[in-house]
Amino acid sequence: MARMKFLCDADRCVECQACVTACKNEHEVPWGINRRRVVTINDGLPGERSVSMACMHCTDAPCQAVCPVNAFYTTDDAVVLHSKDTCIGCGYCFYACPFGAPQFPRVGNFGTRGKMDKCTYCSGGPEADMSQAEYVKYGSNRLAEGKLPLCAEMCSTKALLAGDGDIIADIYRERVVTRGYGSGAWGWRTAYGETVSV
Amino acid sequence: MLKTLMLRLPALLALVALIAFAGPEVRAQQVNPTESSVQEDALMRALQSGEAVSGRISIPDARAGKIIKPDNKDWEAWHEGTVTTLNVVLLVGMLVLLAGFYLLRGRIRIPGGFSGRTIQRFNAVERFAHWLVAGTFIILALTGLNLLIGRAVVLPVLGESAFSTLSAWGKIAHNYLAWPYMIALAIVFVVWVLHNVPNKADVEWIKQGGGLLKDGAHPPAKKFNAGQKVVFWSVVLGGAALSFSGVMLLFPELAGSSATWQLYLVIHAIVAGILGAIILAHIYIGTLGMEGAFDAMGTGEVDENWAKANHSLWVEELKRRRPAAAPGKAAAGAPGKAAAPAA
Repeated sequence: MARMKFLCDADRCVECQACVTACKNEHEVPWGINRRRVVTINDGLPGERSVSMACMHCTDAPCQAVCPVNAFYTTDDAVVLHSKDTCIGCGYCFYACPFGAPQFPRVGNFGTRGKMDKCTYCSGGPEADMSQAEYVKYGSNRLAEGKLPLCAEMCSTKALLAGDGDIIADIYRERVVTRGYGSGAWGWRTAYGETVSV
Repeated sequence: MLKTLMLRLPALLALVALIAFAGPEVRAQQVNPTESSVQEDALMRALQSGEAVSGRISIPDARAGKIIKPDNKDWEAWHEGTVTTLNVVLLVGMLVLLAGFYLLRGRIRIPGGFSGRTIQRFNAVERFAHWLVAGTFIILALTGLNLLIGRAVVLPVLGESAFSTLSAWGKIAHNYLAWPYMIALAIVFVVWVLHNVPNKADVEWIKQGGGLLKDGAHPPAKKFNAGQKVVFWSVVLGGAALSFSGVMLLFPELAGSSATWQLYLVIHAIVAGILGAIILAHIYIGTLGMEGAFDAMGTGEVDENWAKANHSLWVEELKRRRPAAAPGKAAAGAPGKAAAPAA
């Protein structure tokens, strides 16, 4: 099985926000939640770079480790998914995640938050693949259709790569060698304990 | 109109010329794309503890601008490691200790057995405050502990769905019962603080080990002995720490950054573990561990022999104040009034 990862080539990202919009539209993500977001480092300064960030589907995911009700599970593709039926909205995963991926649809009195929502790597949840119940809770299941996550698939500059970790690392490495520079595979060391060496 | 255009034309031309000529110059000023300031590695190395690599974000949630916050993993390791282990060690350790104590010492009996005469030890207000703080604490402790070890202990028994429902209700109970707990804590403090100021009798009591280890040994004590004072101050100070950190957890905006919220959760869980262990000992000695002790909080009336053995100075005090009324329920007529000055 493939080990699915995201890789954002910050030297290619032009901050068009298409990945953010595509994700929201594809999964009909609720108001106030962005499963993917684009952050601009050194905005307006020399060396400005933009990075598109979502759940990185970590190895030994901290959210999974800290969840008091075991709502998380890792698929055979190494995608970290969760069950909204099991989630009690305690917020621990939000505080454990290094990437700010888990989000909550509402902020109520006494810290009530509702069911956690995060990037599913376009592969739904525990419900039957491509079922209506799955779509309502987690959005579409493109992986089950044999497709990769939409954000990466429709990235106009191919800055955002999704797919097997080894393959996208090779693509990135080739780019860095060809153009002579690269700012690193953002988040890889934090998420997978490794980096793309060039 | 034409005149203004004529006037502005040179300016426009100048601007176009400026852009045309400035072009190569701007390009020359461009930073090296390998500039270390934009490399993830360099930014991560420059991070201080508790910081995040952050930038500008166009969505309204400003906090989403924090792109990578590696310290969150440290908190996760703390929570799953130190905090959980410490709680298990404290609680299981105390249970083992109490079981060992019971096997060695057995139930501590009243010297001379029950006399049949009772003295009022705690009035209705005291008992109400005690049981409110006790009842809410037990639920808070169990629901809190459930978040730490429930998935290892309860989940395999109940199954995922039932355990999730239980935990969701537990969370609601924890959030809402915190308030009556805090109120009861305040009442307990007001009602008993004067009786819990340490005095000379406590030194003697501690020297004799509270008479816990030797049969028949009962060092003198006022209304509360040194052991009970330890429980009182643990409940008050531990409860205050739990209340403060708990309110911060309930209102994350008050806690400020996520790093402080994480710190409050670590404090909350560790203090809860320590206080829970102390309370286990308190529950033991108040029920199984000592004959006649439960009546103090049950009916509020303790046996005279029990009172004389465990709180000799308090009984003498009562006798001095109301020679006719105390001790002896039959003679007192109004035991509530008799005990009132002491309470």
